[in-house]
Amino acid sequence: MNALLAYSLTFAQISLGIAMICAAYRILRGPRAQDRVLGLDTLYVNVMLMLLVFGIKSGSTLYFEMGLVVALLGFVGTVALAKFLLRGEVIE
Amino acid sequence: MSNVAEISALSGFFTAAFLLLGSALALIGSLGLLRLRSFYERVHAPTLGTTLGVGCIAMSSIIYFSTLSGQFVFHEVLIVLFVTVTTPITLMVLVRAALFRDQTERQDASSTSIGSSPRPRE
Repeated sequence: MNALLAYSLTFAQISLGIAMICAAYRILRGPRAQDRVLGLDTLYVNVMLMLLVFGIKSGSTLYFEMGLVVALLGFVGTVALAKFLLRGEVIE
Repeated sequence: MSNVAEISALSGFFTAAFLLLGSALALIGSLGLLRLRSFYERVHAPTLGTTLGVGCIAMSSIIYFSTLSGQFVFHEVLIVLFVTVTTPITLMVLVRAALFRDQTERQDASSTSIGSSPRPRE
């Protein structure tokens, strides 16, 4: 049964890696600025999920805190970029 | 592959199932981000990964660490709560910015050249 868990961990890592590549493609080739910001938000979420999967794979709870920090930074960064697109400046 | 700790069969099965479901949902959401045509369609796709994907992978992590440590560990609920609260705020601000940019560009286009074809929304 642990072989099933190991295989599904590998599958989860591969599929999250493909998801990160899709988000990175949208950042690089997004036709407009808001597409790039959306791609960055998706990339943050995928990185957070990848850190949770790393935590299950290594059995340490340290990765959970890294995931929490990445989620926090992703929220702040995306809201700041969207605010910049809306107003032309972040803090007014 | 072999450094996964030994846990019981039932919790191993549920961990693997939630893990597969969550990562497949995140992958589908990112593929939708890649494939859909306009920005307003693309906004919807990654929320599949941010709601159910995060929920399923956090559930899998809760099951795994609870079985591993022998007591109920639920600090992944923090991530789920935070992501669930912040995703609508983020996307609402982003879509408002995109609408504002579309409107200003449409006004610019109509003021410079009257009767021109509307701008493709890409």
